[in-house]
Order: sequence, then structure tokens, then C-alpha cells
Amino acid sequence: MDLLSSVFGPFAALADSAHPEWAPGWLPDALPLMAAASALYVAWQIDGFRQTLASIGARIDLAIASASRLHHLPRRLRWFLDQLFQAGVKNLHVVLLVGLFMGMIVALQTGIELAKFGQEDQIGTIVAASMTREMGPFITAIVLAATTGSALAAELGTMSVSDELSALEVMSIDRTSFLVVPRISSLMVIAPVLTVLCDTIGIIGGGFVATSQLGVGWPQYTSTAFDALQDKGGLIPLPMDVYAGLLKSFVFGGIIAVISCASGLEARGGALGVGRATSRAVRDSIIAVIVANYFLTWFLYR
Amino acid sequence: MSTETENQGADDVIIRFEDVHKSFGSHRILNGLSFDVRRGGVLGIMGGSGTGKSVTLRHVIGLLTQDSGRVEVEGRNVADLSPGELQALRKRMGFVFQEGALINWLTVAENLALPLAENTSLSASEIEDRVAEKLAQVHIPDAGGKLPSEISGGMKKRVGLARALITDPDIILYDEPNAGLDPEISRSINELMREIADTHDATALVVEHRIGCIETVCDEVVFLHGGKALVHQPTDEFLRPTHPRLVEFLGPEARS
Repeated sequence: MDLLSSVFGPFAALADSAHPEWAPGWLPDALPLMAAASALYVAWQIDGFRQTLASIGARIDLAIASASRLHHLPRRLRWFLDQLFQAGVKNLHVVLLVGLFMGMIVALQTGIELAKFGQEDQIGTIVAASMTREMGPFITAIVLAATTGSALAAELGTMSVSDELSALEVMSIDRTSFLVVPRISSLMVIAPVLTVLCDTIGIIGGGFVATSQLGVGWPQYTSTAFDALQDKGGLIPLPMDVYAGLLKSFVFGGIIAVISCASGLEARGGALGVGRATSRAVRDSIIAVIVANYFLTWFLYR
Repeated sequence: MSTETENQGADDVIIRFEDVHKSFGSHRILNGLSFDVRRGGVLGIMGGSGTGKSVTLRHVIGLLTQDSGRVEVEGRNVADLSPGELQALRKRMGFVFQEGALINWLTVAENLALPLAENTSLSASEIEDRVAEKLAQVHIPDAGGKLPSEISGGMKKRVGLARALITDPDIILYDEPNAGLDPEISRSINELMREIADTHDATALVVEHRIGCIETVCDEVVFLHGGKALVHQPTDEFLRPTHPRLVEFLGPEARS
């Protein structure tokens, strides 16, 4: 009781001393309860914040552990290639479909505005730059987070709840080297490849809209698009936008794989735990990709 | 003479639990558990659900760490071992998981080969020979090419057993080897475990609910109750219980 009165007493005294005439009579009594509720809320938030920090720490730890075991990759070549197939070939149609419509949307949205100024013949430049610089890497990353990222988390989560990870541990097999390194490496390799395909199909999709909706001919569209994708002075005749987009997708692939693998490895508590891990993997991957996208854009184009 | 026997007995102890306590949150599982396992012996661990049988087993191989007390393997507290020492100890142990815990995207043969490929310098043909030998030992010589999803629960147990044996371990830990099996397959698994106990010079700990398994496989039994070893007796004595709790637990399965 002494402790309670020492903690809440000052609040009641403050309320008494500063009790304005318009305030209801019950306010001094309610104030300690409100203070206690606020303290509980803050403590809950601090706990949540601490868990978030711990989770970020575990993911950074996994990324470092995987990087330090990258030399094990030749021993894991079979599983690396298998993951490459799973992430690349099996998701190709999704990336192509989304990329196609993304290019069409960009062309339509921008083309309508350009047409007001009679500049619709520049639509090829805008679609090519948008796809390579931003849309291609970003859309590919979102598709990979939703498909491969969720699959990775579910696969490793199921292994965790069915004692397969414990089995690896008792057999003295390093799970980071055995499970995580091939998955992260494969996603970092396949993401830029899928991005190139997404960029290409997006530019083609933009062409469909340009010719059918905006009255721009194919030759004009392709000529402006190719101009935007050429840097005649460079050693390799591609502009910075293409390199920047590929670097972004390489980083996004790594982020998605690390977050998804970490979520799966942390899964506990049967099917429910696997479901939670999967949903956490997709949610956190998308958030991390968006945040990383901002900082990479700032770094590459400042 | 008695001192000599005691010293010999102490040297002979390979696993020792000494006043081990373990809680998960506010739920206390082990509450001063103490018992010894002699080298080459097969000790059964029985008890009601949630009494900490599997938890006990996981302490031996370092998958769990006790809150207090000591879990010793060959005189060394497992919790005090460095990661390298723990890894070396684990390479000398085999663990048979309740559901097999086979890696589901590897074939049966690849599952068996995994610890050898990862931890030894054996050639591919030597590994292949060893895998074939162990599959034959557990009486499923033709299962090597199948995926875990293509085999029955009983076969999964056998594969799990073969994987635990592949490195010829000194200590084998069985976590409910009969769980989810019909009586006929259970009997064959029990006979297999006994055969392994007779032919290998390995110490074994068997967590089990079923009397049939304990009777066939184990030399001694520890009965867990309230987080402690309520009874630790040779199997014959255990099956003729005098302790009221054990009489109640075994029910009609107890021998008169």
C-alpha cells in the first residue's frame, strides 16, 4: 500500500492542487488509474519494441553468419541450383504477368498526362526509365517476397516444428551452412535475372498501350525506349539506371531471403507457429524492401 | 571390497543426472531429478504425460540446458561444454526422434548419408556401403531411393533408427520409438532395439509409455513423477510395483 501511495500519491496531490473548477469531481480519483493504464501501455510498447530490436538483431546475425559461410556454397551446389529453379522458373510467369501490367499502367498513367502537352511520343523514355530504375526491381521484390519468401519461411518453419532442425543440430550439422546459405545465395542471384525479365516485359507492355491507346507508333516507342537504355560513352553501353536497378534487386533478394529464413527458423508451436512465421516473413520483407529502396535510391542518385 | 565396488560403479556411470531443475516460464518440469545410467545399459524412462521424459532426454544431448543441477556425460557437465566439445560429444550420440525428423526433401539414403557426408572424410562409395548396411540392419534394404513422404510411419521410425546408428554411436537416445505405431510394428521396432542393444556396445536411454517396449528393451527403468525419479529399478522389479503411484500408473499391466 505504501508503495502504491508513494507512486500514485503525487498524481492525486497534483490533481487536487490543480483541479480546475470545470473538471468533474471524479477526476482526482480516476487520475491514478489513468496513470497506471498509461504506464502499462508504455511498458507493453517497450516490450514490443524490445522484441522488434531482438528480431532485427537475429536477422542481422543470420546475415553475417551466412556471409561468413559463403565459401561452403560449392558443397551446397545441388541445393543452390534447386532453390534457383524454385525461385526463378516457378515464379517466372508471375513476374512476367505483373511486370507486363505494371508497364501498361505506367504507360497509360503517364501517357495521358503527356498527351495534354503533346509529348506522348516520349512515352518510351519514361516507361523504360521507370521500369529499369524503380518498378522492375520493386515489383520483382514484392513478387519474390510473396512467393519464394513465404515458401522459405513455411519450409524452414515446418522443419523447426517437426524437429528436423533439432535433428540437424544433434547430427552436428551447421544449419546456416546447410539450409540458409544456398537459399540466400540463390535469391540474390535470381532476383536481378527476374528483374531484367520484368523490365523487358514491362517495356513491351508499355509499347502495347502506347500504340493502342496513345497513338504512338512502335518505331517511335522502341526508338525512344532504346535511347533511354543506352549510354554510348560507357564501357558497357547501358545507363546508370539499369545498374542501379540491378544492384537494388540484388540487395532486395538478400533482404527477402534473410528475413524469410530467420522467420522460419524462429517458428515454434506447430502449424499455428508456421502460419505466423510465414505471415511475418512476407510483412517484414515488404517493409524492409521499401525502407531499403529509399536508402538505396538516396545513395545511388544523391 | 565395498569401496572397490563403489569406485568401479562410479567409473561405470556414463550418464548422471544430479539434482536437475528445469522450468519453462512458470511451469516447473524437472524438480531435483537424479539418476545414473551405467555404460552399456539400457535405461527406460517412464512417466505420465508432461512429466518431462523428453525434456530429460534433450538435456543429455544439449538440446536443452538445465536451470540448476548437473547433467553429466562421462563425468562432464553437458552445459559447461564449449560448442566444439558439444559437437564432438554429439558425434558420438544417436537420437531417434518421435516422428523420425527426417529431412523431407532428401531421400532415405541421403538422410542416412548426411551425417557421414558432413562430418567424416569417408568416400562416396564407403558412405554408400555404410548406408546399405544400416538399411539392411533395420530390415528395409530397398527403401533408400524413397522420400520420407512416400514411406509409412513404421518405416520412418526404422529410418530414424538407422540414421541414429549410422555413425556407430556410443550412446543412443530414443524418444518414444513406439508412438503412433500399431502393436505389430511396435513389437518389431522393440525387437530391433533389443537386437541393437545386444549387438552394439552402446548405452541407451528409452523414453516410452508402453510397457511392451520397456519389458522387451530395457534393463532398468526410471519412473518420473513430480519432476523427480520416484522409482529407479531393474525392469523385472519395476513391473511388480509396490509404490502406490506406480501401481496406479501401470494398472492391469503390472505383474502380480
